[in-house]
Amino acid sequence: MNDASKRNSYQFPLGKHHRSEITTKSGRPLEELGIEQVSSGQVDSDDVSVSAETLELQAAFARESGYAEVAANLTRAAEMTRIPNSEILEIYEALRPGRSTYYELLSVSQRVASMYSAQHTAAYIREAADAYRDTGMLKVDEK
Amino acid sequence: MQRNEQSKRFAKLSQRDINKEVFVDELPELGLIVMNSPTDPSPSIKIQDGKIVEMDGRDTADFDAIDRFIAQYAIDVERAADAMELESVEIARMLVDIHVPQRRVMDIFAGLTPAMIAEVMGHLNVVEMMMAMQKMRQRKKPADQAHVTNWKENPTLLAADAAEAGLRGFAEEETTVRVARMAPFSALALLIGSQVGRPGVMTQISCEESLNLRLAMKGLATYAETLSVYGTIPSFLDGDDTPWSKGILASAYASRGIKSRFTSGSGSEALMGYGFGWSMLYLEIRCILMVKGAGSQGVQNGSISCIALPESLPNGVRGVLAENLVAAALGLEVAAGNDAMSSHSQMRKTAKLMLQMLPGTDFITSGHSVMPRKDNLFGGGNFDAEDMDDWLVIQRDMQVDGGLRPVREEDVLSIRRKGALAIQAVFHEMGFPEISDEEVEAAVTAFSSDDMPDRNSVEDLAAADAFLESDRTALDVVKALAKNGFDDVAESVLEMQRQRVLADYLHTAAVFDEKFNVLSAVNTPNDYEGPGTGYRVEGNRWEEICALPQALDPKSLVEAETGDERLLLEPVGPAVKGEGDEVVVAVGAAYGTVMNRTLADLSHADVLKAILDGIAAEGARARIVKVWHGADVANIGLSGAKLSGSGIGIGLQSKGTALIHKKGLPPLNNLELLSMAPNLTLESYRSLGRNAACYATGRSPHPVPMKIDNMARLRLIVHTMLLHHREVRQIDPDRGIEELEVTFQ
Repeated sequence: MNDASKRNSYQFPLGKHHRSEITTKSGRPLEELGIEQVSSGQVDSDDVSVSAETLELQAAFARESGYAEVAANLTRAAEMTRIPNSEILEIYEALRPGRSTYYELLSVSQRVASMYSAQHTAAYIREAADAYRDTGMLKVDEK
Repeated sequence: MQRNEQSKRFAKLSQRDINKEVFVDELPELGLIVMNSPTDPSPSIKIQDGKIVEMDGRDTADFDAIDRFIAQYAIDVERAADAMELESVEIARMLVDIHVPQRRVMDIFAGLTPAMIAEVMGHLNVVEMMMAMQKMRQRKKPADQAHVTNWKENPTLLAADAAEAGLRGFAEEETTVRVARMAPFSALALLIGSQVGRPGVMTQISCEESLNLRLAMKGLATYAETLSVYGTIPSFLDGDDTPWSKGILASAYASRGIKSRFTSGSGSEALMGYGFGWSMLYLEIRCILMVKGAGSQGVQNGSISCIALPESLPNGVRGVLAENLVAAALGLEVAAGNDAMSSHSQMRKTAKLMLQMLPGTDFITSGHSVMPRKDNLFGGGNFDAEDMDDWLVIQRDMQVDGGLRPVREEDVLSIRRKGALAIQAVFHEMGFPEISDEEVEAAVTAFSSDDMPDRNSVEDLAAADAFLESDRTALDVVKALAKNGFDDVAESVLEMQRQRVLADYLHTAAVFDEKFNVLSAVNTPNDYEGPGTGYRVEGNRWEEICALPQALDPKSLVEAETGDERLLLEPVGPAVKGEGDEVVVAVGAAYGTVMNRTLADLSHADVLKAILDGIAAEGARARIVKVWHGADVANIGLSGAKLSGSGIGIGLQSKGTALIHKKGLPPLNNLELLSMAPNLTLESYRSLGRNAACYATGRSPHPVPMKIDNMARLRLIVHTMLLHHREVRQIDPDRGIEELEVTFQ
């Protein structure tokens, strides 16, 4: 089954229609996350994290319901599931005003593309770099 | 020459709450203008090769970073050409036209520029905006958000208040901190308390952006609302962000399964000194379009903490409703403001609230304090714990859903206790500084944090720091709850974690019901298309709203009442016309026989005796009759007067209303009326008897002095109605008027 037809077989909300088919970011079935497993220490934080595939499904639901921008955000989010917490905070910091040079932003963009296959996120950071260059929001000394 | 006169009324008015406010005239160059600034741009758009190259009179080269962001991410280029061809007034009419469905309007708004949207809003008055809001709101069913904080940052009180907020029906709860280091404990207390109150309530903590994200990643919060945006770049830079940095945060939250919404609001740019002479609404529309462009599902707007600024200006409250409406029309969830103190005047606060509460928004307030104002760490709320019952009554008055439900005191006490015990157990289990039983007891019944014992804050902060730095998460909280017998709370906290894996609630306007069913614009869209469609307050929800615990069972007010044992009224045959200086006292059909007290709680025996004493004191004779053919006091009195030898009669209803009537007068033109039955005393009735005797013997009486209490009708109208109904039910036209023999026992 290709991606599109697989997606078409899903119905929103997943929690109601597909709970038994959903797996966590770590690949465990959601239904394995019971009180007993938690209490016996068999569940860690990756087991309660959303997977890229689930966020892509949610992006498709948003797009089909007419929320194109929400869908684009969820698509970036799907990619960003692959980026560790600490690096996420670094990317945010790099995008704050006056924090980065043009080339620093481009290198962040390249890194997320190559290391995490985050193409949409990379494009978004590249667009930010251009906008910061054109409107004076780069690090001051290398404008 | 002008005289140095002063009006005592103006002096009084100047002390009223409304005159504690500051009102100013418009001054566009300082940004002191809500809508339609003379320097607001005019709508325009030019598209080349699928890209916007001119927008609202500026071409690409002149775009600031916000224009650029909006043109690139927020405006649907494919829809823009057609949408911008329309007349703005035509779009305004579509907003209020029930024959144009919500989706069609959203499609048009997707192609509009900021200046065009501002122009559309300019055509609408507030009633039209409310009609439009009713249609454009994204989620079918409105809801409300709670603010839960306390000055002492006591986690036990926080958990108890969070539990109460859940019980009261809030779909979301937000807390914040006075001391940032307390954030991990406050987030934890809110999470536990909320799930005790009602499974599925979503929680958030408002603190510094990266700390916020860390707490959410630990599973201690399910949504975030801290992503502030501003309508000019210098304001944005003062907030140390850009549209792109906020956008990446939105994606970051979503990537961890955390719902987020942005924050903006009229007046922030002017307040920060960078309004550029543009109207507050035009600036806010730029913000809302950025929010949309960033792909956030929603926004909290409605001026928020700046509300006093638009309210100082003409059109301010209308402009704030316009910004809510714009967000909804652009397909965003709206948490509509009404959270920060907006006025000294209760009337003005309520009037403003109605603009969002009546049409319904996704969240009618962006935070309604469940605690008293002094414990509100958001700077003092607009509505707080003391306003809860007013809110509930307004829902019942207007059959509107303000998101809250009536609660009984015993249920509140029990849910607060459970919340406090649950956090006590978790603190103990996780090795945090102990919560004493004394603290639990205090939190159950507390009015404010003044009622809470002090904690060792040095220890608490050290433990909170350690918790933040540790790898312990909400899963450890689940474990601690389960181990201590709070299985249901553990299950809810765990289900919140599972919901992060499902990510259904990242969609527009999503909340959970008590069974964790997601309600969002995707699966429960607002389908309002005029009367009889969309969300209606009916069925169980309407019954719930009606069932105020303080509502009385009308039957209980009168059912138990019986005749007056101290008064024996013996019928001695049909009443006949009398002679000489007599006064006929005509009583209502229920008097003394099926009822026994007046609205002033006087016994029927005492009242009748007082009247007879008064008549006797002025040397007239009295006869007593019972009128069976009607219950109206004028009818009763006039019936007595017609039988009276002097032509003077007293009419006395069972509820205590009495009058003196005279034969030959029109029914409603009596001699003297004691209409305020609740305020009457036995002396009033004695005076009435004396006066009737004076009329009967041809002397001039002094009218009976009456105590005026304007609130009596308000307080007693239901009792009045029910008591009168009993009298009416005794009417028996066949019995006419009977002569009575009276014995007092």
